This record gives sequence, C-alpha cells and structure tokens, in this order.
Amino acid sequence: MTVFEAILLTIVTASTPLLIAALGELVTERSGVLNLGVEGMMAMGAACSFAAAVTFDSTLLGVVAGMLAGALMAALFALLVLGFAANQTGSGLALTILGLGLSGLIGAPFVGARRDPIAPIDIPGLSDIPVIGRLFFEQDLFVYASIALTIVVAIYLVRTRSGLTLRSIGENHTSANALGLPVRQVRFWAILFGGACAGLAGAYLALVYTRFWSPGMTAGRGWIALALVVFAAWRPGWVLVGAYIFGAATVLQLHAQAAQFGVPSQVLSAVPYLATILALLLLSIRHGRAIGAPGSLGAPFVPDR
Amino acid sequence: MFSGKVFGALAGATVLALSATGAVAQPKDKVKVGFIYVGPVGDHGWSYQHDQGRQAIEKAFPGKVTTTFVESVPEADSERAIEQLARTGHDLIFTTSFGFMEPTLKVAKKYPNIKFEHATGFKRNPNLSTYAAKFHEGRYIIGQIAGKMTKSNTIGYVGAFPIPEVIAGINAFYLGAQSVNPAVKIKIVFANTWYDPAKEGDAAKALLDQGVDMLAQHTDSPAPIQAAEARGKFGFGQASDMERFAPKAQLTAIVDNWSDYYVARTKAVLDGTWKSEDVWGGINAHMVVMSPYKNMPDDVKKLAEETEAAIKSGKLNPFKCPIMGQDGKEIECKGQGALSDEQVLGMNFYVKGIEDKIPQ
Repeated sequence: MTVFEAILLTIVTASTPLLIAALGELVTERSGVLNLGVEGMMAMGAACSFAAAVTFDSTLLGVVAGMLAGALMAALFALLVLGFAANQTGSGLALTILGLGLSGLIGAPFVGARRDPIAPIDIPGLSDIPVIGRLFFEQDLFVYASIALTIVVAIYLVRTRSGLTLRSIGENHTSANALGLPVRQVRFWAILFGGACAGLAGAYLALVYTRFWSPGMTAGRGWIALALVVFAAWRPGWVLVGAYIFGAATVLQLHAQAAQFGVPSQVLSAVPYLATILALLLLSIRHGRAIGAPGSLGAPFVPDR
Repeated sequence: MFSGKVFGALAGATVLALSATGAVAQPKDKVKVGFIYVGPVGDHGWSYQHDQGRQAIEKAFPGKVTTTFVESVPEADSERAIEQLARTGHDLIFTTSFGFMEPTLKVAKKYPNIKFEHATGFKRNPNLSTYAAKFHEGRYIIGQIAGKMTKSNTIGYVGAFPIPEVIAGINAFYLGAQSVNPAVKIKIVFANTWYDPAKEGDAAKALLDQGVDMLAQHTDSPAPIQAAEARGKFGFGQASDMERFAPKAQLTAIVDNWSDYYVARTKAVLDGTWKSEDVWGGINAHMVVMSPYKNMPDDVKKLAEETEAAIKSGKLNPFKCPIMGQDGKEIECKGQGALSDEQVLGMNFYVKGIEDKIPQ
C-alpha cells in the first residue's frame, strides 16, 4: 500500500462520521428546526452503542442502540420545541450539555473495554484494482451506508412528495399549516431522523474509528457537522463534498507535519476551519446571501395563533 | 463606637491566634481530602491516574480519611470548584493540572488553614506545595527500546502541543534512541489537542503511513498505540498501562504513579508534619513507573532494565552534558553535569539529529 492510498483511506474514515451526522441535521433543518444538540446526541450514540456492543458482543446491536439513543435524545428535543414551542437554540444547547453528561454516566462502567476491529467488506476482484480498488471497494459497511444515505436523502428531498412537504414546511410553516400540512408531525420525524443519524455517527466513532469509549470522545465533531450543513447550503451533495474536504484537511495536515514541510502545526490544524470559512465566503459572494436556508429555520411554531 | 472598635480588634486578634495555631500543624484524627481533575476520570490517562492515587489514600487510611473529587473542571473556571472544596471542610486539596495554578494560589491565600497541593506548577505559599514527575526519565528508556527495535530506522512521536514539557519528552526520547542507534531518524506530529481519540489516532496513522515503526505518544488516549497495534507495529503506553488496548504492540508504558506521594502527603496532614514543599520526583521516587517490558527480545529488555536501574540510582541523567542543539552547538550546562531543572522545565529547543523545527 502506497502512502497515497493510505492517506485516502484515512480521509474516508475521518470524513464518514461528519457526513452521517450532517445529513441527519440537514433533514431536520430543511423541516425548519435548528437542533444544536448534535454533539450531545452523538456522544450518547457513542456511549450507548459501545455499551450495547460490549454487553451483547454484537456490533449490529451496538449500532442499533446508538441510533436509538440518538433518536431518543431527539424525541426529548422534539417534545420541547414542538410540544411546548420552546426556544430551539436554548433547547439544542441544553441537549448537548445533557448528552455529554449523560453519556459519561452511561459509559462509565465501560471505560477500559475494547472492541476488535470490524472487518471491511471486501469485494473480490474489484478491490484488487490498484489505488481506487481498496479505496472504493474495501471499506467498512458504514462508509457505503453513508454514501447511500446521501443519495437517498437527496432523492427524498427533491423527487418525492413527502420531501416536498417537508421542504415547504421548512420554508414557511404558517402557510404550510394553512394548507393543512401536518407541520408538527413532519418535523417530529425529521428531528428523530436527525437524532438517529447523530447516534449512528457516534456509533461509528466508538465502534470503528477508535474502538474504545471514553467521555467526551466526540471532541466537537457535532459542531463541525452543524457547520457543514451551512457550508453545504442545505444540499446533500455539498454536505458530502464538505465532509470530505474537512476530513482531507484534517488528515493532510498531520501528514504534512510527519513529512516535515516546515509549516507550523497550529496553522495546519486550523486549515479545516479556515477552509469552511472560505467556502462560506465564496458561496455568499456568489449568491449575495446565505442561500438555501429554510425560511422558517429556528422559528418556534404554534398552530392557530 | 469605641467598644465596637475594641471588639473588632479583639475579634481580629482571635482570628489571628486561631490561624496561627492552625499553621502550627497538629495531628488530626480525621482528614478530608479533595481533588480537582482537569479531565474525566475515565480518560484512561492523566486524570485516571490521579484518581488511582485518590483511591490509594482511601485504602491506606480506612476510616480516617474521606475523599471527594470534581472531574472535568475547566481551567478557566476552576476557582469556584476549588473554593467549594475549601468551604466544605476539606483539610487537603490537590489540584491536578498546570492551568489550576493561579486559582489555587488565590484560594490558598484565602484559606490559610487548609493545605493545598498543585501539580506541575511553580507558585508556592506556606500552605501550598507543588509537585511534578520527571516523565522524561521514562521517555529516555523507551527511546532506547525504540532505537534498538526499529527496522525502518524511523521512529515516531505524537505530541499534544509544542510546549516545554512535551519538547523535553521528545528530546529525552530521541537522545535515548540516539544513544543506542546514532543514525536513527524521528518524525514528530503535534495533534494540537491533549484529548481527541480520533484525531490522535489519525496522527499516529499518518506517522505509520510514512514509514515509522516505533510510536511514542504524549497525548492522553490509547488511540495512537492502538493504531500501532492495528498495523502490526510497536508503541508505548502513556500515563497509564495501556496493555489492554494494544496487547501485542505495547512494549512498556510510562505510568504516572501519584499513589505513594498522595498517601505520604495525607499521612503528613494526619501526623501534623505537613510542610510546603516543591517535589519533582522521577523513577527514583517511584512517581514514574515503567510497566512490564514485553513483546521485545531479551537483550533489549535487559538494556531497558539496566537503564532504568542506572536512572534510579542517579548514575544516569537523560540530560547529561554535553547536549548539542540542532545547530550542533553545545547547550550551556547550568546544572551539575547535566542540564539544570529550570533548563529542562523550560526547554524550547530540539537536540542535534532531530530534523524538524519546533512550531512557533
């Protein structure tokens, strides 16, 4: 395996959790709800998936538990912002704090446990193609799932009636309500989807990426996922691009250090963030405003008022 | 008015007298000990080891000592947490991160009857001690092991931040490797975090991808050594024994052992003999402990054990003079036959043979 191949493989693993979490948040936001609790849901996903995977010695059950944990946290958020029309920013931040704390409690008995790596899926023949073979055809299931998820979300939002309903609710919930669309019901499922995705991203971190659990291991990835949604102008395809740019910048700066390029590591560490800011800047210069933001994003919805 | 003033003066005098008797330490029957940790107890590393020390106190003095801890205390907001412990009847308070230095000093001045101990800092008070460990002694030993075992002749180091403590560790590691293998090369990657398992793992992978086959780390999670295990290479545990994460890859680990020190200091408070001190202990003081040498040939193991014994007896100092800087010029020797403590604690240069530059 050449260094080039190795770098590409690492980039894929670094990007996948960002992609999954950002896709979930994208759907939530397209329905008009801003959930700042991604970090907390992700942390819960990591803790619960690891706890379940170790307890039952099953990666599959771990993944299911991670997604359930994320969805459960999201349901709590939905209760607040849909049921009580609570402030979304405050509720989301509270969800992050709750998730980080609660995950520490749940994971505490599993500190020090470890899981064996899950085997990548090897497609015979195809994975032997030089360079792209291993990159495209010898990844773990999560990677394929994340790509498939991108396509499914894109098709769902643009090509389906249900996706159109979701988007129209996100654009203007008052009009959508007047048209008789089930605003809160659609938003509930969108929030739940976002939670399950964040939980899945957390599960990926704990079960594939690091293969152990420790408190606070999400280390800000939930916030990066949130930034990615804005970066991508709320479009799934761009979320994919953004996640991979971010993953690449993170991994490449480490390689640049090891290769002694002589660039200060602090600057290199900041590169992914600078890239995000730059992309945002270019996007808004081209379009003159923050394009793609759903019109009702973040506004509380109270029917019949 | 007059009587009020007299009363005030009297009251002040009483307080003074009380604090004076407090300062003249008296034996105590029961002691309450508090701990402030910068990270979670479950970090497998730095805070975890401090908590092992706390548990050792509870075991050592059954029925006489109660302990409490506050974990994941942000350095910027630590004063409240420290003061909370001071107000709730603790006799001895350990604050276990460099960033707790100013807040600890401030609270210590406010509560002169309570004993404080601050890890890795340099500001003391009659009721505030400082303590730290010479981890670079352990890093010299693992450097020798890496220098002997490397096949690619390139060894790697995942650092947290380019600060003196980490730089001194890198230099000690490299000097150790160089002492047995003059041609050995080192590659260094700073993760710019103490704790982000995924990123630490990526940093390790970057080094391994570029031909490193021995991996040392100065970040807190087991992710780097685990990456070495996954690639069939070797590594060294950091802060605590990480064998369970990398049973085939861990050659040894530099274990922070605070237990002996914490038990001794608690005993001093119980006996009434506690004094403000500055302790910087190494292998000799049992503050730095090497976990069992494994996964290596017998001759390398023997070498490591001999070096450990030599450091313990004081015969060997990793920073013995002459030390050459990167430009080949000799570094001024301010200690006795070795770099002085200040020079090590404030180290801001790489030694000769390291081809990288310290990020500024």
